Amino acid sequence: MLDIIVSVLTRTIVAGTPLLLATLGEIVAERAGILNLGIEGLMSTGAVTAFIVTFATGNPWLGMLAAILMGTLLSSLHGFVCISLRANQVVSGLALTMLGLGISGLWGKPYIGRPLPERMGRLNIPGLSDLPVVGKILFNHDWYVYLAIVIGIAIWFLVKHTSMGITLRSVGENPKAAESQGIAVIRVKYLAVMTGGGLAGMAGAFLSTAYSGSWNEGITAGRGWIVVALTIFALWRPGGAFLGAYLFGGIFVLQFMLQPLGVSPNLLAMLPYLSTLLVLLIYGLSKSGQRRMSAPATLGEPYVRGGR
Amino acid sequence: MQIDLLPRERSTATLNLLILLGSLLAGLLAISVVFALNGVNPALAIFSIFKGSFGSWYGIKETITKAIPLILIGSGLALAYKAKFWNIGAESQLLVGAIFSTWVGLNWGPHLPAIVLVPLMFLAAFIGGALWGMVPAVLKIRFGINEVISTLMLNYIAAEFVKFLVVGPWKGASKGGYPYTDDLPAAAILNQFPYSRISPVLLILAVTGALILGWLVYRSRFGYEIRVIGENTYAAKYSGINFFRTLVVLMAISGGMAGLAGAGELMSIHHYLSYPDSLSAGYGFTAIIVAWLARLNPAYTIVSGLFFAGIVVGGDAIQISMGMPAATVDIFNGMILVFLIMGDFFISHRVRIRLGRTVDA
Amino acid sequence: MNRILCLEMRGISKSFVDVKANRDINLTISSGEILGLLGENGAGKTTLMNILYGLYRPDDGEILVNGEVVKLRNPKDSMRVGIGMIHQHFMLVEKHTVLENIALGYDEAPFFFPQRTLRKRIWELSAQYGLDVDPDKPIWELSAGEQQRVEIIKALSRKADLLIMDEPTSVLTPQETEELFDILRKMSSGGHSVILISHKLEEILNICNRVMVLRKGLLTGEARIEEVDKGKLAVMMIGRQIAAAYPKADINPGDVVLEVTGLDVDSDRGLPAVRHLSLQVHRHEILGIAGVSGNGQQELVETITGLRQPLSGSILMKGVPLDHADARKAHTLGITHVPEERIKYGIVPNLLLYENSVLKRHRDAPFSSWIQMNYGAIKDHAGKLVDSFQVDTPSINVRVKNLSGGNIQKLILGREISGGPELLVAAHPTYGLDVGATEYIRKQIIELRDSGGAVLLISEDLDELFMVCDRIAVMFEGRFMGQVTPESCTVEEIGLMMTGSTIQEE
Repeated sequence: MLDIIVSVLTRTIVAGTPLLLATLGEIVAERAGILNLGIEGLMSTGAVTAFIVTFATGNPWLGMLAAILMGTLLSSLHGFVCISLRANQVVSGLALTMLGLGISGLWGKPYIGRPLPERMGRLNIPGLSDLPVVGKILFNHDWYVYLAIVIGIAIWFLVKHTSMGITLRSVGENPKAAESQGIAVIRVKYLAVMTGGGLAGMAGAFLSTAYSGSWNEGITAGRGWIVVALTIFALWRPGGAFLGAYLFGGIFVLQFMLQPLGVSPNLLAMLPYLSTLLVLLIYGLSKSGQRRMSAPATLGEPYVRGGR
Repeated sequence: MQIDLLPRERSTATLNLLILLGSLLAGLLAISVVFALNGVNPALAIFSIFKGSFGSWYGIKETITKAIPLILIGSGLALAYKAKFWNIGAESQLLVGAIFSTWVGLNWGPHLPAIVLVPLMFLAAFIGGALWGMVPAVLKIRFGINEVISTLMLNYIAAEFVKFLVVGPWKGASKGGYPYTDDLPAAAILNQFPYSRISPVLLILAVTGALILGWLVYRSRFGYEIRVIGENTYAAKYSGINFFRTLVVLMAISGGMAGLAGAGELMSIHHYLSYPDSLSAGYGFTAIIVAWLARLNPAYTIVSGLFFAGIVVGGDAIQISMGMPAATVDIFNGMILVFLIMGDFFISHRVRIRLGRTVDA
Repeated sequence: MNRILCLEMRGISKSFVDVKANRDINLTISSGEILGLLGENGAGKTTLMNILYGLYRPDDGEILVNGEVVKLRNPKDSMRVGIGMIHQHFMLVEKHTVLENIALGYDEAPFFFPQRTLRKRIWELSAQYGLDVDPDKPIWELSAGEQQRVEIIKALSRKADLLIMDEPTSVLTPQETEELFDILRKMSSGGHSVILISHKLEEILNICNRVMVLRKGLLTGEARIEEVDKGKLAVMMIGRQIAAAYPKADINPGDVVLEVTGLDVDSDRGLPAVRHLSLQVHRHEILGIAGVSGNGQQELVETITGLRQPLSGSILMKGVPLDHADARKAHTLGITHVPEERIKYGIVPNLLLYENSVLKRHRDAPFSSWIQMNYGAIKDHAGKLVDSFQVDTPSINVRVKNLSGGNIQKLILGREISGGPELLVAAHPTYGLDVGATEYIRKQIIELRDSGGAVLLISEDLDELFMVCDRIAVMFEGRFMGQVTPESCTVEEIGLMMTGSTIQEE
C-alpha cells in the first residue's frame, strides 16, 4: 500500500511539473493583460525543438535553452499581433496553437519513434535522496522538477514583493495609470508575453527530453488547454499555480491508477475542467466573490497608447 | 523617416476585398517560407494541396463532404462572434448534438420510419447543441464567467463524456472490444450521392442554414440587436435591448448549428458514436477560421468553408504523396488565421510613411 | 528646497481638429499660491493643464520655470521639474493597495520589498499634511476622499511642488471637501503651489488666493480673490450679455405629460444623487435644468429614461407609472432621449447611418415587423432625417463614426424628435458643437415644443437655457434650489442658486 502511495505522489510531482511551468508563464502574461491561448502550440514547439537539439548535440540542457528561445520567439508573434496590431487575443491565441502544432508536426516527422540518446539527468541530493518515503517522493527527480519549483518561487516573489511585480500587475489592471507614472506599457506587455512563451517552451522541453524521452505528434495531449484553465483556477496567483498544477497532475496519475478498480478514467479526466468551472461559479455567486475572482481588469483588451 | 499608423476614415468593399486577398497571399508566402526552411518545395506543396482538393472529381467530392460541417458550424460561430460572444466551444456543441441524436437513433430508431426518424434526430442534435451552447451564455450573464474559459472547459467535459459513453454504458454489443456504440438503424442513415460521401440532405441543410443565418444577421430584428450588442453594449442598453434573452437565444442557435453538424457526421459518415477525435477532426476549431475568413457573415461561410475543407482534403493528400505529417494542415490554418487578423488592422488603420527627418515640435 | 518658485505659461495656444481649445493664454503662479482656474465645461481649463503636465504639446507658446524655458514632452518631464497632476478620474489601480499604487513607477522605490520602505515615507507625509489613509488597504475599499489623498501623497512623494487638481471636489462629500481644503492650506503654507480647476464659485472664493477665468478657450478675467464676489465671477465665467431668446409660438403649457414625485436615486458609487425631487413637464413646454454637472442631473435623466433604478418616488408618464429601469417601456410610453455621452450611448459607430437612424425605434412599425427589419422603410426614413435635419454626409451608407460630432448629434436629435415624441429628454444637446449646429438644434427643440411636445432640457450652458426654455429649475446636490422663468431672472441669481444658495420666493 505504502508503495502505491509513494508511487502516486512521485508521479504526481512529475506530472504536475510541465503544468506548473507553463501556468506560471501564462500567469505572467495574463497579469500584463495578455491572454495567450496558444500554450498548446508553444509547448508542442518547445517539445520538438528540445528534442531535435538534444538529439543533435546529446546535451539536454542545450535542448532546454533552444525550447525556451523558440517559445519566446513564437509568442512574440502573438505579442506583435495583439499588442502592436491590437488584434483579438482569443483568435490570435488559437492561431498560435494551430501554427505551433503544425510546425512541430512538420519538424518532428523524421524523429518519430527514435529514442533520445541522452535524457535530462536526475538531481541526487546526497542524504536527502536516500531518506525513506520522502526521499523517493521529493528528492529523486530530474532537474526540471526542481527548476520548476525554483522558478515558481522566484516568480511568486517577483510578482508579490518587488517593484517590477507592481509594474507588471498595474499594466494589466490599469495601463493608463501605469503610463501616467512613466511606465513603458507596451514594452512590459511584450516582455510578459515572451516570458510566458519561454516557460511554455520549457514545459514542452520537459515532456520530450525528460518525461518521455521521445517525440510524437500530440505529445502535449491537451496540457496547454489545462494550463489556461489552471491559470484561472489559481486566480492568477503563482502560489495557486503550485496547488493547481500538482492537484491536476495528481488527477492525471489517478486516471491510470484507478482504472483497474472500476473508476472511469474519463470521468476522472473531467475533474480539472469541472473544478475550474466550479471555482469560477462559486466566486461568481456573490458580488464580493466576483471581485476577488476577477481577472486582471484589462485582460484581453487591446491597449491604445495615450488614448482618451 | 517616420511611420505613422492612423485610423482609416472610410473603407470600401473593394479595399476590404483587396486586403483580404493580400492577407491570404501573405499567409501563403509565410507558409512557403516555413516549407522552404524545412527542405520542402513550397510551390509543389501548395500546388499539391489544391490539386488534391480541387484538382480531381474525387477531391472535389471530398472537399464538399468536409465543407458541410465547417459551413454548419462556421455560420453559427459567425453569428455568435457578431455579438462579440467568443464561443470557442463548437467542438463540444457538435459532440453533444451527436450524443443526443445517437440516443434518439438507438432508442427510437428501430420503431420509426426514416421520414420521421431523420428530422427527429436532427432536432435532437440541435437541441443538444443549443442546450450546451446556452450554458456559457447563462454563466456569462448571471455569474460573470468569461465565455472563452467556459466554452473551453465545456469542450473537454463533453469530449471526456463521449469517451465515457463509448467505452462504458453505450458500448456496442456488436462492436467487439472497440469503443463504438452499436450501428444506428438503417432508417437513420442518410443517402449519399452515388460514388461520393456527400449527403444531399446535409448539403441542403448546410447551405440553407448558412443563408438563413446570413439573413438573420443582416435582415432580421434579432440580427440588428446582436450587431448593436456586439458593436456597442452601451448603445444596446440605451435602446432597451434585453441582453439575457438575446445572448441565450444567440448561443442556442450557434450551439444548435454545431449540434446539427454532429448529427450530420454521425448519420452520413460514421453511423455510430465513437471517440471524439474520429467524429470531428477538429471541425469546431477550423470553423473559427472559416467564420473569420467569411468576415463574420454567415452566408459567406459557404465559400470560406469550401476553401478550408479544400485545405483539409489537400492536406490529407500530401500526407500520402509527399510524406508530410498530418499537422501540415495546422500550419495552413494557423498561418492564414494570423495573417487574416493582421489584415484586419489595415482595414481599420492606414499607414503613412513620411520621408525625411522629423521635426520635434 | 522648493524647486518651483515661479512658473509661467506664455502665449499658449492649442487646437484640436474642430475646436480652438486655448488661445494665447498667459498664466503665472508662484510658490505658496493657490490659483483657481474657473470656467464652464469646454472652456479649455483641462486642456491648458494637460499641456502643463506634458500630456499635450501646445501649438504655440512656452513654459518657464524660475525664468528658464522648459520643454515638457511627457508626464515624466513635468514630474522632474516638480509638477504633479491629479486627474478628475483618479489614476489608481483599484485592486492594489495604497502602498503599491504609490510604488508604481516611483524611481526611489527599492526593487525588493518596495512597500516596506515606502510605508515610512507615507507616514511622514501623512503626519505633515494631515493626509490620513491606511497604506495597506486596497483602493476599492477607500472612499473617494481617501483615494484623492492617495493621489496627493503620490504626487508629494514624487516631490511635486506645483500640484494641479482637476475638479477635485466633484466626487467629494462636503466634509471631505473641507478636509481637502485644510490639506491644501497646509501645503501652501509649506511653500507648495496649487492650481485648482473648478467651475464652482464658492470653492474658488473659499480657498484660492487668485483666480483666472477661461471662456471658450480665451482668458476672460484674472483677479485677486479679495477683488471679486460670486456675482462678478459668474459674469466673467458665463459672459456678460445673455443672447435674445429664440422666437417661440405664444402658447400656454398644456396638460401634464411627465410628473415626477419625491424621487430618490443613488449614484453608481452608492451615494444619494437625486434627493426627494419632484417636477412636472407639460405639453408645449420646455423645462430647463440648470446646474453644475455632477449635481444629480445625469442620474435624474437616466431614471426618467428607464436606464437607472430609482430608490423611491414615482415617475408618471401621462399617468402610466415607470417604476423600474426599463428603457424599452420608457420608449413605448413616448419618452425619447438625447444622451449626454452621445458617442458612447447614442450611436453604434461601426453600423451604417441608416442602421443608426432607427436605434431604439427598430422594433416599431414600419421599421420592423415581427422578426424582420424593413430596411426599405428604414432607408427612406434615414434619407428624410438627413435632409430635414441637415446631416452633412456623403450618403446614408457610411459608418456613423466617420461623421463629425455636430452631424452625429443632428442625427441623434432627428431620430429622437422625428417620431413626434410626447417627451424629449435632452442632456447637454449642444455641448461641444459649432455655432451653426448649436443654433439648428435649439431651433428644432423649440419647434418640437411648439408642435405639442414636452421637453426636459439639461444644460450647463445658461445662454442656452435662457434662450430656449419656458421655465428653468436649478439643481444643486440632487435638489431644486428654485424654479424661475427666463424673463424674470438674472444670470447672477441663477449663478447663486447653482452654488447652493436658495432664492427667496417672489
